[in-house]
Amino acid sequence: MFGFLATAVGIVFLAVFFVSLVGQGASAFKQSFIELEIEYSEDVLAPGGQLDLEFADYDALVRNALWREFPEVTDRRARRELSRLVSAAAGFQLRDALRQDSDLLGTEARVAVPTSATVDMLAKGNIDRSLDAAQRPLNDRQLQWVDELAARDRLTMKFNTALFTNGDSREPEMAGIKGALMGSFYMLIVTIGLAFPLGVAAAIYLEEFAPKNRWADLIEVNINNLAAVPSIVFGLLGLAVFVNWLGMPRSAPLVGGLVLALLTLPVIIIASRAAIKAVPPSIREAALGIGASRMQVVFHHVVPLALPGMLTGAIIGMSRALGETAPLLMIGMVAFIVDVPAGFSDPATALPVQIFLWADSPERAFAERTSAAIIVLLAFLLLMNLAAIILRKKVDRQW
Amino acid sequence: MQPTTLVLVLLALALTAWYSGRARALSAAGGPGRSVRLHSLPGYYGYYAAIWCLLPALALMLLWITIEPRVIAALVLKGLPEAQRALSPGELDLLLNTIRNMAAGDAALDHAEGFMRDAAGALREYSHMSRRLLAVLSLALAVTGGIVAWWRIAPDFRARNRVETVILALLLSASTIAIVTTIGIVLSVLFESIRFFREVPLTEFLFGLNWSPQTAIRADQVGSSGSFGTVPLFVGTLLITLIAMCVAVPVGLMTAVFLAEYASTRVRSFAKPLLEILAGIPTVVYGFFAALTMAPAIRRLGESVGLEVASESALAAGVVMGIMIIPLVSSLSDDAINAVPRAMRDGALGLGSTRSETMLHVILPAALPGITGGVLLAVSRAIGETMIVVMAAGLAANLTVNPLEAVTTVTVQIVTLLVGDQEFDSAKTLAAFALGLALFIATLALNVVGLHVVRKYREQYE
Repeated sequence: MFGFLATAVGIVFLAVFFVSLVGQGASAFKQSFIELEIEYSEDVLAPGGQLDLEFADYDALVRNALWREFPEVTDRRARRELSRLVSAAAGFQLRDALRQDSDLLGTEARVAVPTSATVDMLAKGNIDRSLDAAQRPLNDRQLQWVDELAARDRLTMKFNTALFTNGDSREPEMAGIKGALMGSFYMLIVTIGLAFPLGVAAAIYLEEFAPKNRWADLIEVNINNLAAVPSIVFGLLGLAVFVNWLGMPRSAPLVGGLVLALLTLPVIIIASRAAIKAVPPSIREAALGIGASRMQVVFHHVVPLALPGMLTGAIIGMSRALGETAPLLMIGMVAFIVDVPAGFSDPATALPVQIFLWADSPERAFAERTSAAIIVLLAFLLLMNLAAIILRKKVDRQW
Repeated sequence: MQPTTLVLVLLALALTAWYSGRARALSAAGGPGRSVRLHSLPGYYGYYAAIWCLLPALALMLLWITIEPRVIAALVLKGLPEAQRALSPGELDLLLNTIRNMAAGDAALDHAEGFMRDAAGALREYSHMSRRLLAVLSLALAVTGGIVAWWRIAPDFRARNRVETVILALLLSASTIAIVTTIGIVLSVLFESIRFFREVPLTEFLFGLNWSPQTAIRADQVGSSGSFGTVPLFVGTLLITLIAMCVAVPVGLMTAVFLAEYASTRVRSFAKPLLEILAGIPTVVYGFFAALTMAPAIRRLGESVGLEVASESALAAGVVMGIMIIPLVSSLSDDAINAVPRAMRDGALGLGSTRSETMLHVILPAALPGITGGVLLAVSRAIGETMIVVMAAGLAANLTVNPLEAVTTVTVQIVTLLVGDQEFDSAKTLAAFALGLALFIATLALNVVGLHVVRKYREQYE
């Protein structure tokens, strides 16, 4: 009876956990937009008759459009409050539109621009309207404008593409996970490129060639211990050896990948050894019997048969590496990085580190995005584990 | 030449060496049809040539790239004017970094002094030279190696044995990486710790009751001499670990008992993977959950019964950590319970005891050593866990055993000391490594004992 309750505790926690996660994170995949009549006015964009695509005052276009929407607002302070309803990303959006199509200059068009994070939160029902105005991020006037826009059908919800195409940002509505995803991607490439060949080679040696002596015992104990050493200690190793001693760049996916490779090596070795052990001795004996050398037996017969098991181990190791955060903090992958990394030595963060950084931000909008990033991370992990399970099912053959 | 292109060229050379080695062996044997006259299969001659072409060149390249930055830095420093060379090592490092940035074209330092511009030019010059030299040398080495190997190929040359020896050596060196890693961890942590203990006495570190690692940057700064007493950290770590164990051990153990003895196959096949999902969730996600869902919930609960609860209470971090560890405890206990021989179970049942009596009086006592080992491993995991406590536990070192207050742990302090800008020889940074050493020793001891117990117990029944 107690046993049943205990199992239920674990499962109930899992359920609560996922429900609260999805409940918080699902809304981050949507973003509210305001539709505005934007006038690509030449007077504003090209005051001297010359259009500077890069530095023209696009924000003014957005402001003007908003003011035209509410002509009754004339007070300077009120106008400033009004312009805060729209995200700073709106200007960039107009710039990109104009870059693509320079004929837009001088025309008028209805454009959906992203709202600021607070309006977005309001639209998603995360701001309590009954609170006192001083405790609300939006004051009464702003609330009224938002309601009016909604009444005029100008407030729409769309899929939040910025989340997947932008790097990190200080503004929640512009922050995306692309930079972190690419950082994780580069890092995992380094990790798998190092850990898989090395792990398989070590497993082959230990299973097939190592003499049963103290040295082999020592290696074995060592591997088991390494698998249980706290990951943060690997981070210290990376900081002391790779960054400070070998002078590798800080915050680089290369160093992160190296550290994670050392971290996942024991996992891959243990899984590969189990896979090699599962190959029946009769296959080895048959190959030896027809004159193959031991090396040929291993590489022509044992390894191909054990390979699916090894790959399963590698995938499980990779999924562990993908979720690992602590060692990356040690080697400086926690910097605030806006640019999407383009190579192995560019400064980068990783997806779990991005989650850690966003979780630290006080804004409600970041909490929502953190949940969304977690959902993405868990989706990747689920995919990897699914692949491992399918692989295992497929090759789970009885000899 | 870029290192990547160089590697590609070397690979191409190795491929050529493979073909020509094989071709030479075949022609020495007297044509493709007569390969029986060779000692080894023709491919092995090819591999032999390729190995000699590739390995020495790659080894040279690796060595070169490791040493290169130091040599260049030394050369650049030598070229600096007298006044700059007399600077302290820290300032020299800074200067060198600026020069590097200038050479890379990152820093548009138009107002930089003349000698720096010269140094940047020299740096660029040196690295160009070094890259060129590396390319020439490694290509020369590859070609020579390939030609020597090619020249040695003859019908009775024992190519297979040679190739296999090389492969065996490679496999052996791969297997020693685990040991190298351990040694690397020990050395890197140990060296920095020794430097730390030169500044702070070991007794203060181990028995001091006050932890405030802020050291004065300037000599005249007030009030931050830094004190490195780790007792509050250890107490905090143990407190959170204890809470985690209070959650994980009963729940994990009972789950294992239930799944092993009572659950029907259908329930088991459904519940086990679910628990495994729990084990696969990244710790940063648990941390997020602890900080944003669990901590406020516990706080509200505490306030509703009139208790003062800190928003970063040890309880929240501990409970979530316990949930994280449940799968570990349950799977290790499951192993231990399943290792109890069938005969003992059947014997007890045959004597007329009920299923629960069998469980309680026969199986659990028999499985106890294995379970203990598993719990030790779980404790080690809890002590070393970082992200949950970084996100959900406090930063200030409180010496308290009240689970409702905020405490800090060893891992939290390592992270806070090392994240952000740091100079590498201050006591503050070195303290992180000393903490790392303590953490490593503690977890290592737990792991060795735990693994030993688990293994010995398993052998006993086999």
